[in-house]
Parts: sequence; structure tokens; C-alpha cells
Amino acid sequence: MNLAEKYKDEIADILSRYPVRRSALIPLLYLAQQENGFITEGAMIEIAGMLKLTPPQVYETATFYTMLNLKKVGKFHIQICKSLMCALVGSDTVIGWMKTKLGIGPGETTADGLFTLTAVECLAACGTGPMMQINDDYYERLTEEKVDRILADLRTTGTSSMKSGPFMWPDRAGARV
Amino acid sequence: MAAQKYELILLKNMSQPGYTGSLADYEQTGGYQALRKILGKVPPAEVTATVMKSGLRGRGGAGFPTGVKWGFLPKDYQGTRYLCCNADESEPGTFKDRQLMERDPHQLLEGIVLAGYAIGAESTYIYIRGEMVLGSRILEQALAEARKAGYVGKNILGTGVHVDIWVHRGAGAYICGEETALLESLEGKRGLPRVKPPFPATHGLYDKPTVVNNVETLANLPHIINRGPEWFASIGSPPKSTGTRIFCVSGHVKRPGNYEVPMGVTFRELIYDQAGGMRGEKPLKAFIPGGASAPFLTPEHLDVKLDFESVAAAGSMLGSGGVTIMEEGTSMVWAALRLMEFFYHESCGKCSPCREGSSWLVQTMRRIVAKQGRAQDLETLSDLCKNIAGRTVCAFGDAEVAPIMSTLKHWRQEYVALIHEAEAANLIKSIPVGARH
Repeated sequence: MNLAEKYKDEIADILSRYPVRRSALIPLLYLAQQENGFITEGAMIEIAGMLKLTPPQVYETATFYTMLNLKKVGKFHIQICKSLMCALVGSDTVIGWMKTKLGIGPGETTADGLFTLTAVECLAACGTGPMMQINDDYYERLTEEKVDRILADLRTTGTSSMKSGPFMWPDRAGARV
Repeated sequence: MAAQKYELILLKNMSQPGYTGSLADYEQTGGYQALRKILGKVPPAEVTATVMKSGLRGRGGAGFPTGVKWGFLPKDYQGTRYLCCNADESEPGTFKDRQLMERDPHQLLEGIVLAGYAIGAESTYIYIRGEMVLGSRILEQALAEARKAGYVGKNILGTGVHVDIWVHRGAGAYICGEETALLESLEGKRGLPRVKPPFPATHGLYDKPTVVNNVETLANLPHIINRGPEWFASIGSPPKSTGTRIFCVSGHVKRPGNYEVPMGVTFRELIYDQAGGMRGEKPLKAFIPGGASAPFLTPEHLDVKLDFESVAAAGSMLGSGGVTIMEEGTSMVWAALRLMEFFYHESCGKCSPCREGSSWLVQTMRRIVAKQGRAQDLETLSDLCKNIAGRTVCAFGDAEVAPIMSTLKHWRQEYVALIHEAEAANLIKSIPVGARH
């Protein structure tokens, strides 16, 4: 796969934002991750070439950040907040439901490759816990019924209306979290 | 939300029914008037003086006076300067910046343009935490609107002033909320805090003079310009803690959420009046006043005022404004462990005391909570904490020991009880089975 050809316009836009090329590294790694849900070695080498960095410089940065996946993850990456604020309002119970419903523990992926479960640290939604993030979206004030609906929605349509937002878009104007 | 007792400033627009955060909505509430009033009309130094006079202090955690921070930039320097908006909101218990960005993005953008103008920064970056994908999309959408309307970019409203704004997403690292780690991350590197001095004011982004300000800090600027520094300085606990703060209430209360109140109200009022009180029958046992890095406080501290000085005098800190409430029955050792696990996960690894110490602390805490503790563990904990705090490049070292130090101080007997249980179990095990009754 060649990022430079496939994402020509996006790459040009990203590079135009910074006076020093290396600043484009994380945005480009995100772009690469968009392809397969994780960043391949080939992509890292290609990005190194674009930014005139060495591959280890790219690898050094890529391995520091938890959101950059260097290994394959499921189609839906479920990240449940386990920090104190969510734990006070039941995040351990949510992790328990998820284990039962998906048959996997944190750090594991379902056999069909659909779901990866991770217990993560604070996602800045402490007033609406327990909560989780699935791919780009937040799901807050979780109940078992809500979790069931979200999983069913994802299985059938690939997304769920239970997610937070969007707020500025006209169709959901004024909606409150 | 309860009947509004105090005037909302930052959350005012979004509390209006039907307010979408669009440019049209923002303009209708008087948005971008501060920018029209200032750009090309009032000299930048005067804007800085106004902010200084307002008494505005940083809302990210450290509470440094904003105008003073701006004043540290070298006056005679002719080259490029940068402004970074710290939107890497990651302090457990804190969720105000997310709401400010998602619900009223133009309020923040106007604040950034005003700050950029005041310090002479033509390029500004919003470093938003990577997980907040929705927030970054909303900001991009708002930026497109603002650029089109001539509020952001080159030659703003024909005044000849240039301030451009770019959204830069982080990628999941708590430490990038520390301002020099944020700069490293923005430069495409691992987010390791820099040794200071030199400070960002002289050697910041790309080694150029840089100011890093929190989202809530910047969102206050249009209001200070519109209504004057005297008005702002009259709110809260003048002279040192002026204005409102958005307190993020989480945990065992009836109505968790963001509450904007003047600084100086008491914890009692915030918890029992604003947030509706405890969620059930159980009384309050403990609370964290300012995010995970702030030492725990007890019901004895309920009448402490929510301003920088009062909370510091009570032995904690106002920090990021994240107030977490815990009811009777919550194990304080368990709570400290949960926070310690957070810090262990997020230690960047640069300084040995923090990197090794956090691992040692978490292992010791896990052992105690699992009722496998040893008599000497409490001494180990205190020793480790004392050898981490103050011995690291950034304030993370001081932060990570706060939960353990403060729970050991106020609830030592809970640690002792868990260790006694472990010792009793060991004693039983040491007696040959045949000799047990």
C-alpha cells in the first residue's frame, strides 16, 4: 500500500500546517492507521521517507502513544474507562458484562475479529460514567440495557445512535449529554 | 441543573435551549464582538495589561497568572512566536474543556485569536487529546466557519492582523498535558517533559518563544475584553482568585456534571446545593478537590472555599477543578490504588524515581488491597513517596504520590486493618493443620 498516492490531498494538507516537518508525524500515523486499524512497518518506513526521518525515529514516537496500534485490533475497539471516577459508579460491572457478552477479557479479541476489549484509564467523561469509547465514539451513562443495544447496533449496522453527539450538526441540535 | 444562583459566563451560551454552537448562534449572543473591539484598535500590550488587571489565572491546574505568563515573552524578539491551547484534558476527574469545545467552540476560537494578537503569535495550535475525536471535528468545523467569516487566518476583518489556528490531535498520553511534554509531542516526538529552565516563554515550540494556555483560560478572554477587567476581578475571591471556575463534579452525588460558580463558594455548597448532595443514604466520606493529583480531603474540609489559596491552606490544591465525591463505605486504600494504577500507566519513563517508584508503589498497594500486605509495607509506601516527590523533571512525581500520602494521613487505620488481616491469615497458615482447632 502506498500512502503517498492514496492520500495525496490529505498529506499535502497535513504538511502545510507545520513549519517543521516532523510535527506531521502523529497526524500521518493516524492516516496510516485508518487503513487497517493498525500501523504497519511498511507505513512507518514510508512516513519516515516523507518526513526525512529515520524509521527508528518514527518507531520511537509510535510506540509512546496508546492510541497508535502497532498490532491488529478488532473492527470495533471497545475501551472501557476503569479509572477511579468511573469505578465509583460501576465501571467494573460494565467490564464484567462485556466479558460475559463477548466471551473475552481485556486485551483480547473475539474469534470473528469483530471486537477487541480494553480497560483504559480516564477518558475525561467522569460526570457521565460509567463510560466507554468504541473507535471514535463515546458512549456514556452506561446501563446493561444500553450496552446490549450498542453491541446489537454495531453488529447489524456498524454504528449506534447511542453514541454522544454530534452537537453542532443541525440534525441533533441542542441535544444534551 | 438547579435553579441558577450565579451568573454563568462560560457555560451561558450552551445552557440556552437550542444553542448549537454554530457561528450564527455565537454571533447572535454577541460573539466575536471582543475581537472587533480589539484587533487593530487596541495595542497588544494593552490587552496583556487588561488580562493582568483581571487577575485571570490558568485554569489547567497550576493557577499561574495568565497576563504574567504572557509578559515573560521577550519584548524585543522579532521572530516567530507561538501560542498553544492546551486541550489535552486528561486529569482524572476533569471534563470541562471537552464541554467547552464541543458545545461552544467559537468562544474558544475567539479567545485564541485575542491571545494570539496580544502575544504576537500568528500560528497557534490547539493540542486536543486524541480520544476527543468529536471535539476535534467540531473545532475543525467551527474553524472553517470562522475562516470563511474572516475571524481567523490572514488579515482578520481587514485589520492586517494574522492569527491562524490549527487543530492537532494527541494520541493518548496523560503526560502531554504538561506544557513542555505537549510541545515535544507537537514536534512529533515522544511526550517527555523538558528540563526547565529554559521555559517555553523563551524556548518553546521549535525553540521559539511560546505561550501554552488551557482551554478554559482562553475561553474567559472574550468576556474580560467585553465587560472589562474590573468586572472580572470583582467575581470570586479577589484579589487572588478572580472569576468563575467550572468545577467538574463526579462520583457519589445525585447530579454529577459541570458547575460554573464564582471561585470562593464552599465545597459544601458545590456538593450539596449545586450537585444535589449525596446519591443515597450514605454520608460523605472523602473528596478529591482538584483532579487525581490533588490530595484527598475529608468532611471536616467541607467549609473550605474553592479558591486557590484556601484549598492550598487545607493541604490540597484546587488544580484542574475536578471534584470527586466518595461516600461512606468506599475503601480509601482501594481508591488510592485505582489512582496509583493510573499514574503507573501514565508515567512517561524519563525520570527514574517516577518510573521505578510508580511500579513499586502499585505493586505494594495491590498487595495490601489483596490482603497480602506485610507489616513493613506502610513504611515502604511513605519512603517511596518521599523519594519521588520533588525529584523529577516535572510535577508528575508530586502528583502521583498525592493519593497515597493523603489517604495514609487521614485513613491510616484502613491500611493497618488490611495488613492485620493478611498477617492473621499468615499466622493461621503457619500453624500445622493438625494443630488447628
